[in-house]
Amino acid sequence: MSEFLAMGGYAWYVWGSYGVTFLVLLLEVIFLMKRSRETKT
Amino acid sequence: MTAASTHWFWYASPQTFYPLAGSIARWCGIAAALLAAAGLWVGFFVAPTDAQQGEAYRIIFIHVPAAWMSMFIYLVMAFWAALGLAFNTRLSGMMATALAPTGALFTFIALWTGSLWGKPTWGTYWVWDARLTSELILLFLYLGFMALQAAIDDPRRADRAGAVLAIVGVVNIPIIYFSVQWWNTLHQGASVSLKSAPTMAASMFTGMILMAFAFWMYSVAVALVRVRCIIRERGA
Repeated sequence: MSEFLAMGGYAWYVWGSYGVTFLVLLLEVIFLMKRSRETKT
Repeated sequence: MTAASTHWFWYASPQTFYPLAGSIARWCGIAAALLAAAGLWVGFFVAPTDAQQGEAYRIIFIHVPAAWMSMFIYLVMAFWAALGLAFNTRLSGMMATALAPTGALFTFIALWTGSLWGKPTWGTYWVWDARLTSELILLFLYLGFMALQAAIDDPRRADRAGAVLAIVGVVNIPIIYFSVQWWNTLHQGASVSLKSAPTMAASMFTGMILMAFAFWMYSVAVALVRVRCIIRERGA
């Protein structure tokens, strides 16, 4: 498991890419759901 | 008017499109989650370690699909914008407006992941190279489109002004795509093209295509939910 997380020494680059991508898409969905709720009422 | 064209324009009205957009968005959202799960599994557990780049290459599974989406969404956005200008259909402008934020996000993701990939492989996070610079201009085009629309109070005028900007900006898309052929650049050429077999292991290619479809389905879902918000906000 720790070997997997280490990504052969490239952990920052690989998880930095995947982490930010996931975060950005998650934020888009959260803000969109918020906007959707606000406009429905 | 023929039956086919009546049917086509039927969905050009926001009211009739609204429920359809809702159900398409739901199914595309589910498809995006499943495809992303499959793509990540292939990308991390099936695809082998790259002989030259080690594990760093695994960034490819989001970098390339995000870069494709950033260009593709722009083309779709410009298409809707042009349609809106030509036929003055209300929904077209709304679709263009709904696509812009998602396109900007994928452009940002392509730049961000490219930067994190560039550091271990090229030794730098950023160079002012043709591919990178033209992709950065794409981000500014998206942001400019959104800022321009936000600055105009009347939505129909905002649609028209944004449409002109979106159409003019299309010139940047072939520049991005062909930049690796036209100029000497650090960025590698296309590994995947319609004309030849991909120059990578089959499992790497599969992971990339799964992620590309996941991003595609995600974009459709998010854009349609956003267009429903816009339809409600404009009271159409």
